Amino acid sequence: MAEVTMRVWRGDANGGDFENYTVEQNEGEVVLDVIHRIQATEAPDLACRWNCKAGKCGSCSAEINGKPRLMCMTRMDQLPEGPVTVTPMKTFPIIRDLVTDVSFNYVQAQKVPALLPPPMPEGGYRMFQEDVERGQEFRKCIECFMCQDVCHVIRDHEENKVHYAGPRFFIRYAELEMHPLDTNDRRDLIREEMGLGYCNITKCCTEVCPEHIKITDNAIIPLKERVVDAHYDPVAWLGRKIRRKTKRSADEAAVQPAP
Amino acid sequence: MSAVVSSTKVQLGGTRGGPEATTLRQDRWWLQPVVTVSILTAFVIYSTWAAFQNRYYYVGAAVHRDLISPFYSPCLASNCAPGSKAAFALNGWTLSPALLILIFPLGFRLTCYYYRRSYYRAFWWSPPACAVEDAHASYSGETRFPLIMQNLHRYFFYAGLIFNVLLTYDALRAFRQPGLGFGVTVGTVVLLVNATLLWLYSLSCHACRHLCGGQVKSFKAHPLRYRFWKMVTPLNAKHMNFAWASLVFVALTDVYVRLVASGALTDYKLF
Repeated sequence: MAEVTMRVWRGDANGGDFENYTVEQNEGEVVLDVIHRIQATEAPDLACRWNCKAGKCGSCSAEINGKPRLMCMTRMDQLPEGPVTVTPMKTFPIIRDLVTDVSFNYVQAQKVPALLPPPMPEGGYRMFQEDVERGQEFRKCIECFMCQDVCHVIRDHEENKVHYAGPRFFIRYAELEMHPLDTNDRRDLIREEMGLGYCNITKCCTEVCPEHIKITDNAIIPLKERVVDAHYDPVAWLGRKIRRKTKRSADEAAVQPAP
Repeated sequence: MSAVVSSTKVQLGGTRGGPEATTLRQDRWWLQPVVTVSILTAFVIYSTWAAFQNRYYYVGAAVHRDLISPFYSPCLASNCAPGSKAAFALNGWTLSPALLILIFPLGFRLTCYYYRRSYYRAFWWSPPACAVEDAHASYSGETRFPLIMQNLHRYFFYAGLIFNVLLTYDALRAFRQPGLGFGVTVGTVVLLVNATLLWLYSLSCHACRHLCGGQVKSFKAHPLRYRFWKMVTPLNAKHMNFAWASLVFVALTDVYVRLVASGALTDYKLF
């Protein structure tokens, strides 16, 4: 049985510092196991958020040795030798110790105009497998918000939070924009209010996603290309004029409020 | 369309946890930016030097070959090396023909989503690596001039396709050995591999994937475009590999043609 030194950030909105804990580490354990051992033996008041211990609830997001990771999915034996540093997600305000206030994300979630299908045809709506599969990847999101945490647009520039939805919500917008039954056109919204142009596609969101969603390649870049279709491509504009096939305008599209 | 009005507002300025540090990462996060800067800088220096040389870019009938450097094709200057001049050359342009054409492949790579990721990280440090602090006090991304011009990527993609066709034509012409008939030389293979890599780089491009079928709402309603999209999607997953391979190989192709044209190397016939 080995011992490991954990450097854990302790503190709240009034400030904090690292505390070192040297505890047992058993074979096969993950960081969350060791954090729980610290709670059980040395610091019962250490705050951390967790739930499923299976990488599916997205609760135990933190920064381990400086990188956003799920504590329950980070094996201790895969970390380099030496003290293991555990800090709260940097992008969000701290509540206490490893627990942060992620309500920024819930505000952004409320802003998303929901799916607006056309009137129900006789026999009901039908979706085909190839269209179902396309959005399936995005629905794997467990809302751990590590993509939001690592995104430098808001991680290093707090002021951008007012006009930037972040990668987690770009995959939501992409899912809706690619939905064959959706009649809303969110391209202006994504460009002007959700700050898609702030993303400079450094792919950090994709790198940290525990569900391996190709956030940049399959959601953000397709959204950027859709914005190009609508605003920066005169050939596409001409094509639309010739075919007289315009999408529903903002006024025409009745916005269905999010639930 | 407007956003749904949220019942709560984003609160700015809350105290963040963790120490004031550029990063707490312990791995060699700096390695990737260093490699990127090294390769891209070397390429820019070499291609600039090669573009201004205005000689040794064509191996012609004198040595029974028809090899032209990709940096100089199509040769549009009025003083092109004999045999290399394009049918639609510009009369009166006597500077290096590379200066006329390199803007298009350069623009394609400069606005490419993969290269953007690389140089924003490596050169602009925005950010240098994931979870490493951005080096700039303020940040507007690609919302303002000049970076808003990145949205023109698809036009450079179209231009790139034209160049791919021309370079493929050059590679096919390289099978022709004036005075000897047809054959395969090392130079033929080099030009052919170069053209193939450039095609793979272009077809794996994100704009290509979008134009092929990514932009449709329903794949079921557009089966042909769905088929195209399915074909280019696996290529898109390897876009990074094609980006580096084609970049390095296009420079190596110029080096090879330059060495043969200057007489420093013999272009061996394979069969």
